[in-house]
Amino acid sequence: MTAGPQTLPLSFVRRDAVPPAPAPALVSGPLAWLRANLFSSPGNAALTLIALAIVVLVAPPLLRFLVVDAVWSGQNRDACRPEVVGHPVGACWAFVADKINYFVYGSYPIEERWRPNVFFALMALGVGWLLWLDAPRRDLGAAYFFVAFPVASFVLLSGVPALGLAKVPTSLWGGMLVTLVVSLVGIVASLPLGILLALGRRSRLPIVRLFCVIFIEFWRGVPLITVLFMANVMLPLFLPGDVSVDRLVRPLVGIALFSAAYMAEVVRGGLQAIPRGQAEGAMSLGLSPWHRMRLVILPQALRIVIPGIVNSFISLFKDTSLVSIVGIFDFIRTIESARVDPAWAAPTVVMTGYAFAALFYFVFCFGMSRYALFVERRLASGQKR
Amino acid sequence: MRKTVAALALGLGASLLAGAAQAQATLTSIKQKGYIACGSNPGLAGFGVPDAQGRWAGLDVDFCRALSAAIFNDAGKVRFIPLSAKDRFTALQSGEVDILSRNTTWSMSRDTTLGLDFPAINFYDGQGFMVKKKLGVTSAKQLEGASVCTQQGTTTELNLADYFRANKLKYEVVAFASADETFKAYDSGRCDAFTTDASGLYAERLRASAPDDNIVLPEIISKEPLGPAVRQGDAQWSDVVRWTHYAMLNAEEAGITQGNADQMLKTSDNPDVKRILGTEGKYGADLGLTGDWAYRIIKLVGNYGEVFEKNVGQGSPLKIQRGLNALWSKGGLQYGPPIR
Repeated sequence: MTAGPQTLPLSFVRRDAVPPAPAPALVSGPLAWLRANLFSSPGNAALTLIALAIVVLVAPPLLRFLVVDAVWSGQNRDACRPEVVGHPVGACWAFVADKINYFVYGSYPIEERWRPNVFFALMALGVGWLLWLDAPRRDLGAAYFFVAFPVASFVLLSGVPALGLAKVPTSLWGGMLVTLVVSLVGIVASLPLGILLALGRRSRLPIVRLFCVIFIEFWRGVPLITVLFMANVMLPLFLPGDVSVDRLVRPLVGIALFSAAYMAEVVRGGLQAIPRGQAEGAMSLGLSPWHRMRLVILPQALRIVIPGIVNSFISLFKDTSLVSIVGIFDFIRTIESARVDPAWAAPTVVMTGYAFAALFYFVFCFGMSRYALFVERRLASGQKR
Repeated sequence: MRKTVAALALGLGASLLAGAAQAQATLTSIKQKGYIACGSNPGLAGFGVPDAQGRWAGLDVDFCRALSAAIFNDAGKVRFIPLSAKDRFTALQSGEVDILSRNTTWSMSRDTTLGLDFPAINFYDGQGFMVKKKLGVTSAKQLEGASVCTQQGTTTELNLADYFRANKLKYEVVAFASADETFKAYDSGRCDAFTTDASGLYAERLRASAPDDNIVLPEIISKEPLGPAVRQGDAQWSDVVRWTHYAMLNAEEAGITQGNADQMLKTSDNPDVKRILGTEGKYGADLGLTGDWAYRIIKLVGNYGEVFEKNVGQGSPLKIQRGLNALWSKGGLQYGPPIR
């Protein structure tokens, strides 16, 4: 600031603004954020410190095992044996790399593996179409996913000799292929079936209502393991010798019906949350019962129960690993049987297999739950509180 | 409760299916459908384990391939249906599989109450011990006061108690719920010895942090004769299974291998060899197969010694000694009645 010679010495008027000073450190900035979010009270401070201690204790060994000491390539067990390589060995990712085809396709014939690949692509297309909310022709997408896609998948995977696709018995299917098939069948079948059952349970026709109640209560009354054992161990005993239902189809049907019963109760919860006035309002507009349900009640009811539906899907996805106990080679079962391979017998192979499984399930389940959150926010934008 | 239900189910299955099994001979139905449904192990090193491409490999698996070779002249017409220990017998009884070839112990109660037959023993197993080399122990009798890692609730645990009591040795059991945990505990030095079936000991040893620091003791303290099982009441199929095993034994004894089978077929004058390879007599036809049934087995799968060495013996990482599974002429128990 320079004062000219003509300025009177006694008048002092500030002509420029004072440069802005940074806010006090304790009101904004990282320190303040820490104070507000992590140390706002003695209780919170203690929790923060405990959490930090856990991270410090767990993260370095975990990182060391999964990344730093990990072996990324190798031909056989020698690559992952500390006494051979001469340094401590963490996760043996070379094992996963060597077995990855088995983890994805199971024993599916090698020359036919393009078929599961096409199936994966078709699935990605269907899922993408349905999940991308602004996609064109989503009605077509739904028809594709719930009708065309299952038929195409069956033709592709199981094979129809008339179309030049050799038959591949389900005993050869395995790995992620089976896990995805089982959970997709569960998801695709349980949602429509569950909605029907939920509506049936609220029906005024006694026979329909009774049937739905008995169905739902029966399937909710038995554990999934029992259903699977029933399907794969007991059922063949009751069928005549020359009738046999496929070993994979039996648990598939069991899982679909089981999850439909749970879905029905979730959807019923949504239906009950819709005030009676909605139906009456729709009636006064002259809508038919079908339109009332489809245009007014169900869209609102389903939106309310999105968390519940996704919850069911996630638990269904994880429950599919139970089929391994009845001899179906799902993803987790392929890891279990690959880890006993003597060619890969090394101290950390088992842990690596399970770490890989955890990663796989986490990616899918976390993806589902994040997507559900996004949809929920978007559909509820009219009702933000 | 679970046991009662299982017993009920098994009994029911046995009685229901005794009739169904007789309705159609297994061999005929196998030829009709064009493949053998083989109940296999979902994963046991050396006996039935899928490789990186999902192809099954192992001693028990190769036994089904040998059957397929004998029937179809193609070792690949087998559908492996992996069965857990729980559902293996019902799967056989219900006709879902034609043969169970998954290291099943032949015991009297299984033979007499489940409606099964055990036509052959393709592996003599038994419970053994593994110890750290540095202990300087060379026999199980020296395990006085040792702590032994074992799996909870298995016959292994009971055999262990019997053995130590019979030999008046003091010991301490350290039991774990799963096989993995048990071995990890031994490997980390939690106990002096580890016990399970001998075939399993060799597989587990490979997973040790220093495999060469561990030795398997020579004592076998229990009898575990493992072999294929078939439904009772189909003598023909039972014979086919039994003689497939014996053909592999006889081939080894006569020195016929996968490699020299063709040459033997042309040049050998040995009547034993000629009978095995089907150039003399019509033994295959009496079995419901072709004359060259045993030649096919040897050519496409191998003799018993070859299959053994490839899957569990010196040609595999397991390196199990022949021991009891050597031919009778070499001090073992594998004895193939003559083909004549």
